[in-house]
Amino acid sequence: MRDGEGPPGAPARFLDSDGPPLKAMDGMSFGETVAAPEKVFLNPLAQAQAKLARPAITQAKLANGLEIVVIPDRRAPVVTHMVWYRNGSADDPPGKSGIAHFLEHLMFKGTKANSQGKFSELVADCGGQENAFTSNDYTAYFQRVAKEHLGVCMEYEADRMKNLVLTGEVVGTERDVVLEERRMRTDSDPSNQLNEAVQAALFTQHPYGKPIIGWSHEIECLERADALAYYDRFYTPENALLVVAGDVDAKDVIGLAEKYYGPVPARGEPPKRFRPREPEPHAHRLVTLFDEKVEQPSHQSVFLVPSYKSAAPGEAEALEVLAQLLGGGQTSLLFKTLVMDGKLAVSAGAHYHGTAVDTTRFYVFAVPAKGVGLAAIDAAIDAAIARAAQGVQEADVRRAKTRLVAEAVYAQDNQATLAHWYGASLAAGLGLEDVAQWPKRIEAVTPDDVKKATLWLDKRRSVTGFLLPPESRPASTGADMIDSLAP
Amino acid sequence: MTALAATETLSRASTVQKVVSNGGVEAWLVEDYAIPLIALEFAFKGGATQDPAGKPGAATLLSGLLDEGAGAYDSDGFHRALDEDAIEMSFSADRDILSGRMQSLSRNSAHAFALLQLAVTEARLDAESLDRVVSQIAAGLKREANDPDFVAGRRLRALAYPNHPYGLPVHGELSTLPTLTRANLIEMRAAAFARDNLKIAAVGAIDATALAGHLDDVFGRLPEKASLNLVAPGAFSGTGTRHVDPIDVPQSTIRFGREGLARRDPDFIPAMVVNHILGGGIFSARLFREVREKRGLAYSVYSQLVTYDHAAMFYGGTSTKNERAAESMAVIEKEISSLSDFGPTEEELDKAKKYLIGSYALRFDTSTKIARQLVNLQSEGFGVEYLDERNKLIAAVTIEDAKRASKRLFGDTKLLVTVAGNPERI
Repeated sequence: MRDGEGPPGAPARFLDSDGPPLKAMDGMSFGETVAAPEKVFLNPLAQAQAKLARPAITQAKLANGLEIVVIPDRRAPVVTHMVWYRNGSADDPPGKSGIAHFLEHLMFKGTKANSQGKFSELVADCGGQENAFTSNDYTAYFQRVAKEHLGVCMEYEADRMKNLVLTGEVVGTERDVVLEERRMRTDSDPSNQLNEAVQAALFTQHPYGKPIIGWSHEIECLERADALAYYDRFYTPENALLVVAGDVDAKDVIGLAEKYYGPVPARGEPPKRFRPREPEPHAHRLVTLFDEKVEQPSHQSVFLVPSYKSAAPGEAEALEVLAQLLGGGQTSLLFKTLVMDGKLAVSAGAHYHGTAVDTTRFYVFAVPAKGVGLAAIDAAIDAAIARAAQGVQEADVRRAKTRLVAEAVYAQDNQATLAHWYGASLAAGLGLEDVAQWPKRIEAVTPDDVKKATLWLDKRRSVTGFLLPPESRPASTGADMIDSLAP
Repeated sequence: MTALAATETLSRASTVQKVVSNGGVEAWLVEDYAIPLIALEFAFKGGATQDPAGKPGAATLLSGLLDEGAGAYDSDGFHRALDEDAIEMSFSADRDILSGRMQSLSRNSAHAFALLQLAVTEARLDAESLDRVVSQIAAGLKREANDPDFVAGRRLRALAYPNHPYGLPVHGELSTLPTLTRANLIEMRAAAFARDNLKIAAVGAIDATALAGHLDDVFGRLPEKASLNLVAPGAFSGTGTRHVDPIDVPQSTIRFGREGLARRDPDFIPAMVVNHILGGGIFSARLFREVREKRGLAYSVYSQLVTYDHAAMFYGGTSTKNERAAESMAVIEKEISSLSDFGPTEEELDKAKKYLIGSYALRFDTSTKIARQLVNLQSEGFGVEYLDERNKLIAAVTIEDAKRASKRLFGDTKLLVTVAGNPERI
């Protein structure tokens, strides 16, 4: 395909494949996060090789369509209660970017029965933690509490699934909060402004190209009616997934769910997502941001690749192993060639964002060493990818797989991680079996599979982002970089 | 008060074993076989306070070099050995400690402890790795150079502790990083890596006997006594002044602070409750309600009590658009002043206590979190019994205690304020 054909079979599978599996936790979230995030596992996974009894995961469905997953973790008397809605920023209607995230904020504004702050007060009174987050494909709400408070959390969460009350005043004030959030995360940070531009360039048509938080000018125009229309469309039991992890019995959880979520009226069928397909890319794009706040240049390339949901069997796992082998830590190919041997960069890595409904992203990034131009970095990355395309070492594949599979075991140490991982996978259209089989499928990846996966890393499928200080604009470095990127 | 009742019936301290190896190395252990993993955390006292004069960043650099080649392994060989068995190992430096953590599948634990021993006692600190890690730290400093959060935070510390190690950046400065030498690091390691200076906790699928053996292997050959430089008590200065670092961004990032209460101060626990009421990390805190929920001034607003070994501060922050920075600061100051004058209400106190007591359990729900908690507790000088006493101390806080602590904490309500951005009228 390096000579011009699209990756084998890709177009037909871009949407609605019932193809293979998953892996999670890499969604960017812009939730109500106040505290610093804990360690994030990139490849959390529930069960694994390690001679370990597979956690007895239970799945159920209520008559109104609400899906339930229960994950036992008996080590501490606490429980993680999450409700996932299968809609995210990629489902924002045209011209209303940011509405999924805005509604996530507005979900804390109270209901007919429980005025603003009541739910949060209840969670705080029982020593619980709560939050919510929005990603491309889903929006989720959670509480972490002592196990005896699970029922009351369900009661309030079920209440706001159908009884949200919004006044114009509350909507206006919260819109200001979201605009401040955007100023904090994006508008004050050139590297995030560049990320935004790179995503927008990569997805010419599919809504993954829109920022999760939304564009400022569109956030400013989001009204109460927009929020309520969106709420009405997506916040239904058929569109929701309940995940409970912790010191609980599946039967009890299902009983409580029937009591509290059962009465939420069914709408007949889940809402439909309308997402235009991304056309096959043919032209490499370079996006450059010069900003006076930049003192440390950086390089990123993002490739359009299939997700666990859209890929052919085994293909996503091969991309996962490829990302690990190419850019997972200090023994990876990129780190070794760019940092250790070439002394061109101070860091380098790769990451596969596999948990997505539609065609997704594979990231490669590097921070240049002092005095090294981004063109040189770009050429070195191309060379490293080309080398992997010639074939990869068996030992490197084995090491990459060992680390991925072990992360599945490490994830079991954290019930919140497990709940997040199952929730994200299922919300992205995968099944429980996909999660359970993930370590085996990773184990099955061969060096030849990894070599084939490099075909996706065709430069023409990618956008490269350069972050640079302003002085590099008029100087020859800028022009050189652009010249050297010509095919 | 269900949460309170539940935590009182369960003794967390009784789950902790004190393990002392033949060689006299002590660790706290929580044995748990539910998952075939081991997590280990340890800390040497000292940290960035022991950086050589004029050379901040030494402890950070030393911590960054421990896994960059040790014993017979060069950097690449060491990382390969870790990766081949999926062993997670990392080291970091903070103001008062240099700490490390290791996580391993239990079947690989012997190898994991062997590699940890090399990192702790035989790290090479060779020239090539030193250059590389210096360049990595420098790249980080450059990336943060105009980031409003870092600019405002760094400025606040520098103004609060102008003649004290706590005022210096833990990661060092671009100008002085290159002056750090291998000899500096060797000297620092020799002074700080000692057994009387070390706190350890382990959690997971390992018993006391096996752990004791590993403790001797890893830490047993360290010198018995550390020789740390004395650190003078740090008093918070600059209160009542404001400082702006202009950055061309639409938002003003604000940090504020004043003298806090020491960890061992008898009013520390009441002060912690009061701070939670003001700016703790929940949606019903006063600052959250007044700044964010009612006025839409900011996404993030918080306050915290920071305790070091030799200083204590009250610290907080928010980010708000330039036009409304002055208004945000006024709202924050009004809440602080109201707490200083009147203290919290009975209802606020009751709710804060419930939250703080009930949420303690959430700090102990993963092996790595438990190990970190146990090392922190030891570093602060507490015994195992504190795990059970902590919630009782909070439950015992009266409204008089809270009012007294408010007065002591916020006193004249004056703050040192630093701003990064283009604030109007500050």
